[in-house]
Amino acid sequence: MISWGVRSLILIPKLRSVKLSMEISALVIKFQQKDAKAFESLYSMYSESMHGVIYNIVRDNDIAQEVLQDVFMKAWHNADSYSPKKGRFFTWLLNIARNAAIDKTRSKEFKNSKKNLDSQFFVNILETEENYSRTTDAIGVKSFVKKLATKCTEIIELLYFKGLTQKETSETLNMPIGTVKTRNRNCINELRQMLGVQ
Amino acid sequence: MDVKKYIESGILELYVAGALSEKENEEVFKIMLQYPEVQEEVLKIESSIVALTSAASPSDSKHLFSAVKSKLGLDNNHPGTIPLKRTRPSWIAYTGWAAALVIGFTLWWTVNEINLLKEQIQVVETNNELMEEQIEKANSDLAEAKNLITVLRNKDIITVPLEGQAVSPDAYAKVYWNKKAGNIYLDAQGLPEPPRGKVYQVWSLKLTPLSPTSLGTIDDFKTDDNKIFTIPNPNDSEAFGITLEPTGGSETPTMEQLFTIGIVESAS
Repeated sequence: MISWGVRSLILIPKLRSVKLSMEISALVIKFQQKDAKAFESLYSMYSESMHGVIYNIVRDNDIAQEVLQDVFMKAWHNADSYSPKKGRFFTWLLNIARNAAIDKTRSKEFKNSKKNLDSQFFVNILETEENYSRTTDAIGVKSFVKKLATKCTEIIELLYFKGLTQKETSETLNMPIGTVKTRNRNCINELRQMLGVQ
Repeated sequence: MDVKKYIESGILELYVAGALSEKENEEVFKIMLQYPEVQEEVLKIESSIVALTSAASPSDSKHLFSAVKSKLGLDNNHPGTIPLKRTRPSWIAYTGWAAALVIGFTLWWTVNEINLLKEQIQVVETNNELMEEQIEKANSDLAEAKNLITVLRNKDIITVPLEGQAVSPDAYAKVYWNKKAGNIYLDAQGLPEPPRGKVYQVWSLKLTPLSPTSLGTIDDFKTDDNKIFTIPNPNDSEAFGITLEPTGGSETPTMEQLFTIGIVESAS
C-alpha cells in the first residue's frame, strides 16, 4: 500500500503534464473537425493570452477586442492548415494574433488615430497601466516583471510579444544566437519559479 | 541524446515562441515524441508564457466568444457544427468511392488492354514466322536462280531450242547441254501440263540412222515450279525430243505424240 502510494506520488507531475498534453492534442483534433465545444475550450485556454499579445501591439482596448475576435475566426477558418509537426497549437495561434495585430497597426484607420507605439513594451502595461486581469497568475507576473532586469524584459518582448525569430532577436539585441537562447532560458526559468511551474 | 543538455540549451523556449525555422520545429516535434520529459518541459514553458502574456490583457475576453460564435454561425446549440461535421466524412466517403471506382475501372481496362496486347503479340509472332518462311524460301529460290545463271553462263553449255510439232505447235522447250559434265538442263516451261496418266519422256537422238535413247521421264512436271529439270546425258546426242508417254515411260518414243524436237547445231 505504502509503496504504491509513494510511486503514484512520484508519477503525478509527469502524468499530469502528459495528460494535459493529450487533452490539448485531442481538443485541437476535434477543433480541426469543426467541433464548436472544442473550439470554446481552446478559446478559454488561450484568448486571454492572445488578448494580451494583441493589446501590447495595438494599445487600444476596443481595437484589441476586435482583432482578438478576428484571430479566433481566422483560426476556425484555417484550422486545416495547422499541423502539430509544424509547432505548438499555442504558437500557431500566437503567430496569427501577432500578425493580425501588426496588420491592424498598418491600416489607414489605425494610422489616422496617430498612436505612437515605438517606445511601448509589455512591461509598461504591467507596471503603469491599471490592469484588470483577474487571475492570481497575473498578479504574480506583475511582481515578477517588477523584479526582472531589463535584459529579460527586452528578450521576452521581442520573442513572445513581437514574434521575432532567433536570428532577428540576436541582431536587434546585438548578441550571438547562443546567448539569446541561454539568456531567454534563464529569464523564463525565473518566471516559472515565480509561477511555481517547475 | 543528452536530454538534460537539450532542455538546458534553451531551444524549447524558442520553440514555444515560434522563433525557430520550420526544419528546427519538425526536429523538436520528433524529439518530443521520443522523450516525454521534453514534452513535459515544453508544456511548462507554454503554460508560463500563457500566464505571462495573459497578464498583459487589459480586460476580460471570455464574453467575446459568443460574438465569435455568432459571427461564425455556431450559436443556438451549435447548429452550424452538425452539417459541417457531416459534410466532411461524406465528402471523404464520396471521394473514396469515386477513387475506388476509378481504380476498379482502371484495373479492368488495364487487364483488357494487356489481353489485347497479348493477342496482338501472338498475331505478330505468327506473321513473323510466316515472313521468316517466305524469306527462307526466297533465299533458296534466289540461290537456285543464281545457280541457274551460272549454269547458263558456263562456256561449255550448248543451247538447243526444241520446237513444237504437229501435236502441239505452240509447245517449245530448251535444252542446255553441258557435254563435259554429261548432263542437260531441260527448260520445259513451254510445254502444256501432261494429262492424267501420261508423262513427258525425254529422248537423246542420233540422226543417222535415227536412233533414240531414253533420258527418262519427267515425273515431277506438275510440282516443279521453274520447270527446269536436270537430267544426266552421257550420250553423244545429235538431237533432243520430248514425247508424251503413258506413266512409267516407253521403250521407244511414240512419234504421234512428239511434242518438241531440236537438233544440236554443231551436229548438223
